[in-house]
Amino acid sequence: MLAKRIIPCLDVKDGQTVKGTNVLQLRQAGDPVELGKLYSRQGADELVFLDITASHEGRKTFTNMVQKVAAEIDIPFTVGGGISELADVDRMLSAGADKISINSAALRRPQLIDEIVSHFGSQVCVVAIDAKMDSDTGIGNSDTGIGNSGEEAWTCYLNGGRIPTERNLFDWAREVNDRGAGEILFTSMNHDGVKQGFACNALSRLASLLTIPVIASGGAGCMEDFRDVFALGHADAALAASVFHFGQIGIPELKEYLRKENINVRR
Amino acid sequence: MKVAVVKYNAGNIFSVVHALERMGVEPILTDSAEELRSADRVIFPGQGEASGAMHYLRQHGLDSIIRSLTQPVLGICIGQQLMCRHSEEGDVDCLGIFDADVKRFRPLRHEDKIPHMGWNSIQNHKILHFAQAQAEALARRSQHNSKLTLFEGLDGEFVYFVHSYYVPVCEHTTAVTEYIHPFSAAMQKDNFYATQFHPEKSGAVGQQILRNFLEL
Repeated sequence: MLAKRIIPCLDVKDGQTVKGTNVLQLRQAGDPVELGKLYSRQGADELVFLDITASHEGRKTFTNMVQKVAAEIDIPFTVGGGISELADVDRMLSAGADKISINSAALRRPQLIDEIVSHFGSQVCVVAIDAKMDSDTGIGNSDTGIGNSGEEAWTCYLNGGRIPTERNLFDWAREVNDRGAGEILFTSMNHDGVKQGFACNALSRLASLLTIPVIASGGAGCMEDFRDVFALGHADAALAASVFHFGQIGIPELKEYLRKENINVRR
Repeated sequence: MKVAVVKYNAGNIFSVVHALERMGVEPILTDSAEELRSADRVIFPGQGEASGAMHYLRQHGLDSIIRSLTQPVLGICIGQQLMCRHSEEGDVDCLGIFDADVKRFRPLRHEDKIPHMGWNSIQNHKILHFAQAQAEALARRSQHNSKLTLFEGLDGEFVYFVHSYYVPVCEHTTAVTEYIHPFSAAMQKDNFYATQFHPEKSGAVGQQILRNFLEL
């Protein structure tokens, strides 16, 4: 049976990881390659490296890092951040990334998904969606975020959650699916950083709506949250950053716990 | 030991080169007949589309070279599929090393997502009841060919897959994975070995499988 995946996410700025420098006994916790290797040895199923640099120089450093990851790490990895055209995708795949993730660029020009899929195949194309259950859109109840139809009203955001769009999460996810993307990485802005669990209602709805895998992001605080995101949210994979970086949850213990809870994870 | 990796128009070739380098092996990436014939081991990797890949192999004479190799050869992912008779992907005739035809996955339930992507477990074929007879025949045959199999010491381990097409379970199947239905996770016929999964992306287990191949 296909295993549920646990994916640590590393934010990288100028070649260094941003959060999580106090990860256990790691001499070079700031080095994304070393941190990635540690997670891989601990049983992470995939890794995501997000380039949060803005400068041209920083981009070059990131490409070099991707080459190093490809040479040294033996599990699949996705890279994202600043990918806005086919040439960026080509550069990342040539450097050795297995998949790339796009976010704002896809919302601005959805055709980009089709282009990536036809040039490189759907398996390389992860579309990240940042969405927020809105209380100020005028649709539905502002306290609960529940729309008039009784459904949660979720709006997609651009530029790392700074700019709201007209797009509804479920419509956009469906379009991304139909354009041939390989996976959707959904981050709930309401749950991100709060550590009170993932957005299981929205995730479960995505799972029933889509024919491609969904990676859940935002909200991991304890091991039970991971059980719930798989058992209730029906996610195919769960991504988290700080709980792993700060050593609050160890990947070996998490997997052992999930196995006991009858969630199929890789040994 | 001289290890050659077949150079052709499929993606993901460098990840197998990296994996070999991590094991201390410096492979050569080549499409030359002499280089391929004189290597101790040949790896035929890749990710891509079958009909385009077959077209390229034929154009460069690599189809007859690969077929005629006598040392251990390992096909990976699309490599395994191209070693079969025919593929539904682009309706193309392939190398015909394995007597099997490549099919596209067809979902039975909403949860059956395609491509089959992620970590799934492999079962040593011989433990599967329905194919026991073929497996025993295979074991008898392979005793003459080699002491070891690719999966020596491995059963039920998780490996990494990314594919939309599969090879049904057949007489050449050496490991089975279950996704929608059982399919050939690995195959062998004479000196030709193949895996549908990516050992080069399958962590320590994948490295062990590559090592087993080099030590056959």
